[in-house]
Amino acid sequence: MIPFPLMVQANDMWYALPLIIAVSLVYAATRHEEMIPILAHAGRLALWIIGFMAAIFAVLFFVSWGL
Amino acid sequence: MSDQAKENQPDKSIDLRDPVVAAVLAWLVPGLGHLYQRRMAKAVLYFLCIMSLFVYGLALGSLPEKGWYGRVVYFSWRPGDKRLFYICQVGAGLAALPALVQANRMANNRRVWLSGFQAPPRHPTDPVGPENPNRDQPTAHDLYKEIPRYFELGTVFTAVAGLLNILAIYDAWGGPVTTAKKEDEEDEEDTQEENGEQRA
Repeated sequence: MIPFPLMVQANDMWYALPLIIAVSLVYAATRHEEMIPILAHAGRLALWIIGFMAAIFAVLFFVSWGL
Repeated sequence: MSDQAKENQPDKSIDLRDPVVAAVLAWLVPGLGHLYQRRMAKAVLYFLCIMSLFVYGLALGSLPEKGWYGRVVYFSWRPGDKRLFYICQVGAGLAALPALVQANRMANNRRVWLSGFQAPPRHPTDPVGPENPNRDQPTAHDLYKEIPRYFELGTVFTAVAGLLNILAIYDAWGGPVTTAKKEDEEDEEDTQEENGEQRA
């Protein structure tokens, strides 16, 4: 069973979702003028951010294994 | 021409009108600069993304049971409470400016407005007697104690909103970054082609 404080921290990750969406859309909007390229760029950027966060999570998870 | 090539085509038809006015308007209200430039879709996108983050951050940093609203955005430059986050938050423009008014009122020993919306926390060394009109305001310790995680989250949301608006301001002032870059690349290609023709 996952300790309660860790569960709370895992739920906190949902707060990253609106940040990722807003950051992706605004950044993409500064690169394009039309809405379709903006949405396409934002989608790619959001996936990249999520992938990057997952990679950092994996590294920290293995580094802290057994602590 | 392929779709990708069309997507990368520089759009030279963007009328930025007066870029300085657009930039100032974009700072005051996210998206207003783009509305001035009649770039409606981007105006809506910037306004919704940036203001949603900002308002959500304010909501996270509120505690209605105690009458505390929008406490995560405040200006303070007192020893022990230098609020560097405000430098980021003020990027959101008008929405963050009440903090300056509230900080000014508190510094001049006048009662803060709107139940302390965006007011700085009371300093622990401030008098708590009737001579202090803001004696009922929470200290930073109270805020961290009552809304610990949400105070931090709200601070991050509002700071990110302010920083994102700086990107929007740049877009209102200079247009999309890709367009400018592509134009430069095209100019370089044209110059190279001309040089090649001259040699031939």
